[in-house]
Amino acid sequence: MATKPLPRITPDTRPFWDGCTAGELRVQHCASCGRQQFPPAARCGGCSAQGLDWRPITPRGEVHSFTVVHRAPSAAFKAQAPYIIALVDLAPGARLLLNVVDCETQAMTIGMAVTIGFEERRDGDQAAWLPVARPAAHGCADV
Amino acid sequence: MSRHAHITGAYVTRVGELPGSTTLGLHYEAACGAAADAGLSLDDVDGVLCAYSLAEPHPMLASAFCEYAHLTPAFSAVVQAGGASAATMVVQAAALVLAGQCRHVLAITGDNRVSGMSRDQAVTALAQFGHPEFERPFGLAIYAAYALVAQRYMHEYGTTAQDLAALAVTHRRHAARHPKAHKREPISLEDVMGSRLIASPLRLLDCCLVSDGAAAVIVSAPEAAADCVKPAVAMLGAGQGHTHEHIVAAPSLTAFGCRDSAARAFARAGLTPADVDVAEIYDSFTITVLVELESMGFFEKGEAGEAAARGELDLGGRLPCNTHGGLLSFGHSGAAGGMFHVVEAVAQLRGEAGERQVPDASVAFVHGDGGILSAHCSMVLASH
Repeated sequence: MATKPLPRITPDTRPFWDGCTAGELRVQHCASCGRQQFPPAARCGGCSAQGLDWRPITPRGEVHSFTVVHRAPSAAFKAQAPYIIALVDLAPGARLLLNVVDCETQAMTIGMAVTIGFEERRDGDQAAWLPVARPAAHGCADV
Repeated sequence: MSRHAHITGAYVTRVGELPGSTTLGLHYEAACGAAADAGLSLDDVDGVLCAYSLAEPHPMLASAFCEYAHLTPAFSAVVQAGGASAATMVVQAAALVLAGQCRHVLAITGDNRVSGMSRDQAVTALAQFGHPEFERPFGLAIYAAYALVAQRYMHEYGTTAQDLAALAVTHRRHAARHPKAHKREPISLEDVMGSRLIASPLRLLDCCLVSDGAAAVIVSAPEAAADCVKPAVAMLGAGQGHTHEHIVAAPSLTAFGCRDSAARAFARAGLTPADVDVAEIYDSFTITVLVELESMGFFEKGEAGEAAARGELDLGGRLPCNTHGGLLSFGHSGAAGGMFHVVEAVAQLRGEAGERQVPDASVAFVHGDGGILSAHCSMVLASH
């Protein structure tokens, strides 16, 4: 049985994945302008400052766009199809791409509030915790 | 008067399912075709640019090709910018000849991704374009990334599934007039909107084909163009635009680098979109060409779909677009997909396009898009 790919973690991104393992969502933080940034980059997309650090962010966001994938890209994803992929805004400058679960595909909308949790994925003796989105129980995301 | 590089040779192989074809063999066929079209021998070429192949990956494809073709050029390199590779190769070739590095540069693209790999292998290989940490683990494929763009674009500008379908229908109508096109049977709006969902809102017929095939052009220095037999096509201006590689990092899902890319090309050519007689614009998905048409000055936001439905992209319309049928219907063979657009522009500007000829076409616009509307390259070409 084919397994879904694990993230190819690098020293640059290790703090994010360590956070996921610890149940904490972390994004880059710019000490100069206060911008929160994800995906991570070499410098701040707002003020170009370098030496960004990693800080926790509230694990809530808003769906910027989404798609329901019917044609899986590999055997590992076939059993799961149709599945939802969304771009979720956590803050201006901080956006995640991830799966939305526990949600009817017809119920997905742009602007929907989601909360981010974590799920373990195993491949042999390797494992990683991945972020996953669920519809927020009620109310709006604080974005 | 400015010096312009010239496209002096252009050729496209058969496109579709070509059992027994190989990447290097297709490259060779396209290279010989382009040289013959220019009235040159392969040995007259002193520069060689290649891109990439999924079916037969080579770390140094240009060197592998030259070895295969027994060529020993003065300059050779690979250009890799996804779907913008072909246009970028032509622009790089122009820079080489204008800088005096080469007289005749051969830009070759091709892939045997149908007969050289299974459909699942091709789809899986294309999924490798996703971010290895922040996209691929979530099952993102290229079509799903474009679907994210489509969903947002429709939300902001009111574009409908029918608008997208009108583009697919138009492309198929064009392809029916090209003897080498991969898919020539007419399709209707209902066919497109009834085809199976791939990644909502994109359906099967919103997506490009997967084809074997190759195409090549020869770009010559102004003083070398006289070596060639066909009317030369001048590159009046070119430009690029870059904003991201992965969709998760795109600064916007509705504004992309194609706007700057086209603006730079037009500014350098001293022309505007209104001067264009025929456009050959990257169309990996219906949403791709719609976004590009509405970003580059050809149509206002939210208008391209209805314009397509009114026939404005057809022969005789306001902007005949992708007159060979594009990636949606002519064929898509990796980097060669973008070169098909270049070859078609050359055919139009020479008046060689037969029943798909745009009468008196003298200015053509060509655009390539790599990644998820990530890397853009535009060219303004003119008959000489």
